[in-house]
This record gives sequence, structure tokens and C-alpha cells, in this order.
Amino acid sequence: MSQSFNPADIHNAILEQQKVQDRKKMLLNGVLVLLLMAAPFVMYPVFLMKILCFALFAVAFNLLFGFTGLLSFGHAAFLATGGYTTGYLLSNYSGLTTEVGILAGTAVATGLGLAFALLSIRRQGIYFAMVTLALAQLVFFFFVQSEFTGGEDGMHGIPRGHLFGVINLEDNLNMYYFVLAVFLGCYLLVQRIVSSPYGQVLKSIKQNEPRAVSLGYNVDRYKILAFVISAALAGLAGSMKSVVFQLTSLNDAHWHMSGEVILMTLVGGMGTLLGPVVGATFVVNVEYQLSQGSLRDWVDPILGGIFILTVLAFRSGIVGEIQKFLRKNMG
Amino acid sequence: MSMIFGVPLAVLSGQLLIGVINGAFYALLSLGLAVIFGLLKIINFAHGAMYMLGAMATVILFDVLGVSYWVALIMAPLLVGVVGVLIEYFLLRRIAGQDHIYSLLLTFGIALLLQGVLTNIYGVSGMRYSMPDLFKGGVNLGFMFLPYYRAWVIVIALLVCFGTWFMIEKTKLGSYLRAGTEDAELMQGFGINVPLLVSLTYGFGVMLAAFAGVLAAPIYSVTPVMGSHILITVFAVVVIGGMGSIGGAIITGILMGVIEGLTKTFYPPASSAVIFLVMVVVLMFRPAGLFGKEA
Repeated sequence: MSQSFNPADIHNAILEQQKVQDRKKMLLNGVLVLLLMAAPFVMYPVFLMKILCFALFAVAFNLLFGFTGLLSFGHAAFLATGGYTTGYLLSNYSGLTTEVGILAGTAVATGLGLAFALLSIRRQGIYFAMVTLALAQLVFFFFVQSEFTGGEDGMHGIPRGHLFGVINLEDNLNMYYFVLAVFLGCYLLVQRIVSSPYGQVLKSIKQNEPRAVSLGYNVDRYKILAFVISAALAGLAGSMKSVVFQLTSLNDAHWHMSGEVILMTLVGGMGTLLGPVVGATFVVNVEYQLSQGSLRDWVDPILGGIFILTVLAFRSGIVGEIQKFLRKNMG
Repeated sequence: MSMIFGVPLAVLSGQLLIGVINGAFYALLSLGLAVIFGLLKIINFAHGAMYMLGAMATVILFDVLGVSYWVALIMAPLLVGVVGVLIEYFLLRRIAGQDHIYSLLLTFGIALLLQGVLTNIYGVSGMRYSMPDLFKGGVNLGFMFLPYYRAWVIVIALLVCFGTWFMIEKTKLGSYLRAGTEDAELMQGFGINVPLLVSLTYGFGVMLAAFAGVLAAPIYSVTPVMGSHILITVFAVVVIGGMGSIGGAIITGILMGVIEGLTKTFYPPASSAVIFLVMVVVLMFRPAGLFGKEA
């Protein structure tokens, strides 16, 4: 048999390989989901939910920073807005079911995201970061001075209520599966967005914005949409967080929270899908483990050290470095 | 008592004075940031920490060595300047040429680290530092009472600001600096040690922050978190003035202090937010800031 260089054959071979890889990926994802479903039987569900909420927050942030190249330094505003809105509604209107409260929180955060996007989208690079930071500060001061947020004390005793009026969310296991379902849904959504033609445009904007403009894309519109989706998901994360912990505080609105989500994304690997999830898991764990031991007071400096080390030595983050390693050693 | 827009003159002028004082601090701090950004393209999120180090050093030098205010005024900035040079040499240099964002993230980490360590050692409650005897008291200007120390802060801060502006914009050293950052290779060719120049520039920028810290020690409460509170505001000032614009940082700094003071007189709840509001508005109409050049 003669060697074949038929392009169609090569194309088929690539497709075949792709299929094998996709199957492997599906299998891996399936195993991960099963592990997540089994996790609350070995670990404390509330802790797992904390990780999931922050993971969602980081996934949302990464859609903007990692895939579109826009560093928002104001994402805490969306987390807090989602949290406060949901907390306020569920605390004051006992007739509301939990999912309505969460959707409302998400909706308000989405609206705020649109406002932020319209005001900031034409600014580039560091100016963009600074405008989002300034806008988030305005939101922070609003929450500080508003009565309903409880000021410095925060909002306490938010009822978890019943999902669809039926499923009792006071039960940690029920709550966990609800949070997990929302998280997985959002993760798949982001995965879908990133691999869609729309996601490709976002990536091309990140790589070279003038080129994207010259190709005829309305770059601003793409960026605004990415910003709004990211804000919506961040708001959803905040809404769920307030239901899980039954409290929301100014911490969520402080600019340090915007810094923390950057750290999570960077440590995990920005621009990768799994990175923010790994990063959030890592950071929440580090904070938790440290706060239990004798290093209780050293959380901030240690996080600072992790920041420095990541920027200097592991800029691709945990997932990014692993991917690089695999590519180098596995072909 | 005479009133202006329904506010007693004494209250208004008092708030204006506090505004000018705060503005002097904003000017010193934003000037340092503008020097560092304008010449090195480093977004120095550790600037608040350097300001804090200056103030802390003043208190600690006094407690441990009995060093006077006047000696601290020279010594604390020098010490912090050395810290800055070390940070530049060992950390910032490694990310030179990368996206600016990484300098922001790196210095943010440095600030967290410094602030956290000092919080653990000294706690977050304010440390007291008493004013030098020379500055006790003040003078009655008729419509208001002006404490000597506040007058001194305004005068010395303006002098330092002007001196820095003059050095960078008008002297030969300044032109080397600007040229070195425009085209490092060419300046190397002329036999100028550009990496050293970069280290010293960063060191100088943070010295300005530390100098503000020493000035602040007798009037504000000295704590490890004092820098983190003022940092974001100062960043807003720099952005309003135009990032990298030396003169813009000085003028905007004082202006923002005054605007904040006025807001406190006429509508107190907005006083902490007004600078950010100004920033958003300015950037909508002048994306490069009031005094910046469009990139």
C-alpha cells in the first residue's frame, strides 16, 4: 500500500483523535462530577459550598480577565450586590421562594454590570482596571451608608427558605446539591461560551484588539456582553453565598475581595476553564487551614506571599503549569 | 457670624484647611505614584504600604532609638527608599517588559505581605506620636485658627512637590531619567547605567510616600493599615490627573483634597465617595485624565 497524503484522510484522522480526546475529557469530567456529588459525605457541606460559591465567582471573573483580557478591579461590587439584594428580599418578604430571591440578586447585579460596562468599556488596560475600581468604590460607599445593609455589622439571619417552595434548604445536603447544580450549570455555560464562535471573538480581542476591529467586529459590543455575563455570574455567586451562610457583609464589597478573586484566578491559571475552580479551592483551603492553626494571624501575609510567588514564578497558575508539563512530556 | 451658603465661615474655612492638608498628602503620594508609573510603567500598589512604613518607622525610631522628628524626616524616607530599591532589584525587575497588570498584582502582594506582618507585630490600634514642641500651638487668623504643624505640612509638602517636578522636568538628571525610560538601549550606549537609574527612581518614588508618612505621623493615627485606606483614593487622584503626569498629580492632589473638604461641609455622606465620582466623570470626558496625554 502506498503512503496516503489524501487531505481528507488526514482530516479524518485528526477528527478521530479529537473524538478520543473528547471521550477522555468527558470521562474525566464525569468522574469529577461524581466526586463532587459524593464529597458532602466526607467533608463539611458548608465548607464545600463556600468553595463552590467562590469558584463560581472566580469562573465569572476569568471569563472577563482570562478570556477577554479585561482586568476588572471591581468585581466585588457584583458579588456584594447579588448578596445584599438576595439577603434583603429573603429577609423582608417571607412569601418569596429562595430561587426568586437568588434570581433577583443576579438580575440586579446584571443591571449594575451593564452600567459598569457602559461606563468603562472604552478605557484600555490599566485605565479600565482603575475605572472599574472607582465604580466599585462608589458601590462600596453606597452599601456602607445604606440602612438596609446593616453597615459595619452586615446582614444576618437571612432565611434559606424552600427551593420552589418545596425543598427545604435549611438541610445542608439539600442546599449543597442545589449549589452544586447551579455551579455545574454555570460552568457548562461558560465552557459553551468560550468554545463558541462568540468565545473565539473574545479570545481574538484579547490577543490583538486592533486586528479584531479591522476584521469588522464591533469589539465594544462583544466586550460589553462579556462584562455583563461575568457580572451576572458573579452576582449569582454572591446571591448563593448569602443564602448558604445566611449573612452578607461589607467584606464582600471591599476592594480586597476584588483582589482576592484575581489571586484565585491567577493561582489556578487564568484563561483556562478549570483554573479558577482550582484556584478558588486552593485559596479557600489555605485561608481555612491557616485560620485553624497557630498561623491564624498570618493569613494575609501568606496570601501576599502566594501572590508574589505566582506572579514571579508560576504565571500560568496551577492548571496552566500542569497543562504545559503535560504538553511537554506527553507530546 | 458670617455665613457662606448657609455655612458658618469658620466651619467652612476649617474644612477647607483640612482639605488642603489632605490634598498635600494626596499630592505627595500621587506624585510618587506618577513618578513610578510615568518613568517605569510600574503600577505601584505597594505605595500605601510605603507611606505606612514611613509613618511606622517614625514612631519606631522614636520609641527604640529616641530619634527626633527632624532626624526621622530624613532617616525614615531613606530607610524606606532602601526597601524600595531592594524590592525593585529582587522582585519588580523580574517582570519588567511584561504586561503592566503584573506589576499591579505583584505590588499588591507585597503590600498585603508588609501590612500583614506589621499588623501581627504591632496590632491595628493606632500608635501615638507627639508633635515636636516647636509646632505646638497655632495662630488665630481672625476667621479661623491655624495650627502651626498644619501650616508646616502644607508648606514643606508643596516645596518637595515643586522640587521633584523641577528635577524631573527641568534638570539634566531628569532628562536622563526620561530618556532612559524612553529608550533604555540607547542610553546604555551613552554609558548610563539604566538598571541602576530604574532602581533609584523606584526608590525615590517610595521615598516620597515615606516622607508623607513621616509628616502624617503626628496628625493621623499611625497603624499598619493606614496605607491601605488611602491608597485607593490616591490612585483615583493619579488617574484623574493623568497617569504619569507629574504636574497633574500635584495639582489634582490638592484640588481633590479641597473638593473632599467642601463636600464634607455641604453634604457629608458623599465625602468619601466624591473623588471616585469625579474620577468616573473625568474619565468619561477625558480618558487620559485632566493633564495626561492620550496614549
